[in-house]
Amino acid sequence: MAETKIAKTLDAKGLYCPGPVLETAKAIKQINVGEVLEVVATDPAAKPDIEAWARRTGNQILDITQEGGVTRILVKRVK
Amino acid sequence: MSENKKKLSLIVFSGTIDKLMPVGILASGAAAAGYEVNVFFTFWGLNAITKKSMEGMQPIDKNYEQFGPMMMQKMKEMNFPMWTQLLEQAKEVGEVKVIACSTTMEFFGIKRDDLAPFVDDVAGVATFLDRAEGGITLFI
Repeated sequence: MAETKIAKTLDAKGLYCPGPVLETAKAIKQINVGEVLEVVATDPAAKPDIEAWARRTGNQILDITQEGGVTRILVKRVK
Repeated sequence: MSENKKKLSLIVFSGTIDKLMPVGILASGAAAAGYEVNVFFTFWGLNAITKKSMEGMQPIDKNYEQFGPMMMQKMKEMNFPMWTQLLEQAKEVGEVKVIACSTTMEFFGIKRDDLAPFVDDVAGVATFLDRAEGGITLFI
């Protein structure tokens, strides 16, 4: 995972549902297909919600880490 | 329209803020996830999308009135968007149609120009059912 190149970082800290998902949907359009978006969020719903969003939109979750109430998610734009 | 396109349709009957908030949340979340979203505002819901209504404070359900000030204060602290802003964001990220009920407009003497700018069409039940067919529909 260490080699993953991040095209854009979305700081969604302090946003609550549906904020992180909405901003992720906007941010993914700002990177190219094949590139990786990093999302950092504090909403406890961010992990399941962005996972569900990715399944629904056909994008790929590469990695999720959670530490001290902060969730970091790497999403690869697939289409 | 492709057969497997997911759809969420909301019939917004209520005009109180506690019911309108989930309308904004559901519509924007669904739009972000690629759902086609239809939001049909009728009766008290229609009254909530007039320009005049949106200028002032929108009412909360009588049963929950006591929680109103606390909720509004908390929402401000959380920097949580108003439901109308969520609806506007839904339109930015996805395919969202906002429909105003023509019959209700006549009941209350509301004109097309009185409605919020995010309203796409004035239509009736047949249009709504046609657009909602095959998807999830919620009455709120």
